[in-house]
Amino acid sequence: MALSRLSSRSSGVSRPLSAAFSRFISTDTTPITIETSLPFTAHLCDTPSRSVESSSQELLTFFRTMALMRRMEIAADSLYKAKLIRGFCHLYDGQEAVAIGMEAAITKKDAIITAYRDHCIFLGRGGSLHEVFSELMGRQAGCSKGKGGSMHFYKKDSSFYGGHGIVGAQVPLGCGIAFAQKYNKDEAVTFALYGDGAANQGQLFEALNISALWDLPAILVCENNHYGMGTAEWRAAKSPSYYKRGDYVPGLKVDGMDAFAVKQACAFAKEHALKNGPIILEMDTYRYHGHSMSDPGSTYRTRDEISGVRQERDPIERIKKLVLAHDLATEKELKDMEKEIRKEVDDAIAKAKDCPMPEPSELFTNVYVKGFGTESFGPDRKEVKASLP
Amino acid sequence: MSATIHGAATALSTFNSVDSKKLISPCRTNLPARSKRCIVAGSDASKRSGSRLRVGHSQKLIPNAVATKADTSVTTGTGHELLLFEALQEGLEEEMDRDPHVCVMGEDVGHYGGSYKVTKGLADKFGDLRVLDTPICENAFTGMGIGAAMTGLRPVIEGMNMGFLLLAFNQISNNCGMLHYTSGGQFTIPVVIRGPGGVGRQLGAEHSQRLESYFQSIPGIQMVACSTPYNAKGLMKAAIRSENPVILFEHVLLYNLKESIPDEEYICNLEEAEMVRPGEHITILTYSRMRYHVMQAAKTLVNKGYDPEVIDIRSLKPFDLYTIGNSVKKTHRVLIVEECMRTGGIGASLTAAINENFNDYLDAPVMCLSSQDVPTPYAGTLEEWTVVQPAQIVTAVEQLCQ
Repeated sequence: MALSRLSSRSSGVSRPLSAAFSRFISTDTTPITIETSLPFTAHLCDTPSRSVESSSQELLTFFRTMALMRRMEIAADSLYKAKLIRGFCHLYDGQEAVAIGMEAAITKKDAIITAYRDHCIFLGRGGSLHEVFSELMGRQAGCSKGKGGSMHFYKKDSSFYGGHGIVGAQVPLGCGIAFAQKYNKDEAVTFALYGDGAANQGQLFEALNISALWDLPAILVCENNHYGMGTAEWRAAKSPSYYKRGDYVPGLKVDGMDAFAVKQACAFAKEHALKNGPIILEMDTYRYHGHSMSDPGSTYRTRDEISGVRQERDPIERIKKLVLAHDLATEKELKDMEKEIRKEVDDAIAKAKDCPMPEPSELFTNVYVKGFGTESFGPDRKEVKASLP
Repeated sequence: MSATIHGAATALSTFNSVDSKKLISPCRTNLPARSKRCIVAGSDASKRSGSRLRVGHSQKLIPNAVATKADTSVTTGTGHELLLFEALQEGLEEEMDRDPHVCVMGEDVGHYGGSYKVTKGLADKFGDLRVLDTPICENAFTGMGIGAAMTGLRPVIEGMNMGFLLLAFNQISNNCGMLHYTSGGQFTIPVVIRGPGGVGRQLGAEHSQRLESYFQSIPGIQMVACSTPYNAKGLMKAAIRSENPVILFEHVLLYNLKESIPDEEYICNLEEAEMVRPGEHITILTYSRMRYHVMQAAKTLVNKGYDPEVIDIRSLKPFDLYTIGNSVKKTHRVLIVEECMRTGGIGASLTAAINENFNDYLDAPVMCLSSQDVPTPYAGTLEEWTVVQPAQIVTAVEQLCQ
């Protein structure tokens, strides 16, 4: 039975995201094969197989991490309403499967770059809850020292390149990172994520052209949540098949609410990009919140639509059903897990609230790289000029 | 204080006439025969290796780009002569040899050799992966250069004309300038964005833009403008080695300037201004092509008994207020001569900076001569009057020194 299996499990591999993870995670890596719920659709390439290799450890990790991401986003929602987070806050709940599936298929050497809906991807890349909440509340301990905000999360050591506010501008950057990977012969790929709204930006096609010309290992991932802020995709794009928009570049359409489909597609794309150059992945996904916290999200779509997707396609529910079907944990255990996650998130928020704001002198740091023209020379130069290497 | 050697009086008289052909010619032709006379430099110059004294010489209103080092004995006699675009190429080639992370990307930089021959021969030497011909998409390839820089590469992005970089303004402003700050110091962006700008020879409005003013407010970038082969090579090398994003402004009409530069390796300081001609009566601040117009006017002025101090500010962001300040404290009068637009240009910012910092030292208001706030016309005579001419400089100095 599930209980006996649980009791015989040793404490699991510790992962950066989970503190009290050990109880439920099995080191049991006996493979479980899962069928994706929808087939892939391909443009100019073969479709990957619908059977995905996984393990019970992975299934439970998926559930745990996605629940953590969901809880984090909902907590951010309340913090925003309590005016502790200001400005723009773009929430990712509903789309967690894309972040999780992608992480499962790649290593930390592969780069990810995304737009402003970056909280969960940062978490997936190894960021901690404390860093997330501190940055959102503008505290010193934040991942960008409180100077970036919601839209500027970066993690250099895990090759997470952010976190960009201007729609579409991250795609040429992503192709540049892919170029550097090719230049340095890294055998790694870059995933440049963008939305269905950004898919209409010219610089995307420019970057795609260069990537295809130079055979760069760039994978462009369109997270199609069907709404570009308040404009539905059928009103913004003449051709809503974003995976075909590459024309001469192969594309794959994936059910973005199914974490295993995402994992399979990303693994396939990585192999393809290393051999043949760029590929486009379209993730068919959905966001429950509005575009950002200032958007109620219900003026351009019906509440029925939102609750319909939540009932039928929710990524966490899907994983939960799989976990229960494979007898990896009981309902109660999963509920306990969720309670634990809730507590973890609340603790992180409390810790972040205690964090100090940045010092006033921080206003001027990191404008230039230290020592190279950091200060304009005043009329009486007192400091020694920096010497070049 | 310092001795300068004038050309013959006959040569000087020709400077006074405002003749359109002669005025445009100065920066283009090379002097066939030129003797290198040593100049006794002012006491300031000997301390700084970056300072140069300009010898004005001429037969045909052509300011001679000969520069000599005041103190080191190594370079007297040795050195090789080359044109400004060759100096840029030499600097680039040396840096690419030295550091395998340096790469060049731009339109026609590879097989074609560069539209101004700055990257000639580099593609053959370094291969297609280091000298990259891009399609015509400034926004994308500037973004790609910045993305590559985030991982540690050091791209040199060439805009075929600075005006085309307007298409990449979002990438330069939001990503290049700000990523170091918004990532809390995690990423550095060691790119060099370079290209020719300025008013050329009847190239039309869109190809004759002076865009230094558009970029100067972007936090996080440094801007430099080169004006002689010596400082072109030095600034190119410094810009590539700098960890900050640097925009290097060249000028279309200065690419064929000839000068003798040292054989050994040297780098110019990115934030330092260059003392071109020390003087007592008035400080003239200039950069890029206007340096030559100012030097031409200086000959006339010297003849008339004035002693202008000419400083090539070189560093457009940040301003070298130390050198400028010392000069203002000495002369108490400032004239800024620039090719940038009048409204919101480099001169406007510099005027504000000087007024703020050195108000007590000024005997007269800071005067700024900049090009007119018009799109550059095609007709030759009109184009000439868009930029500042030496006669206007002479008049302004006379006015200030009353």
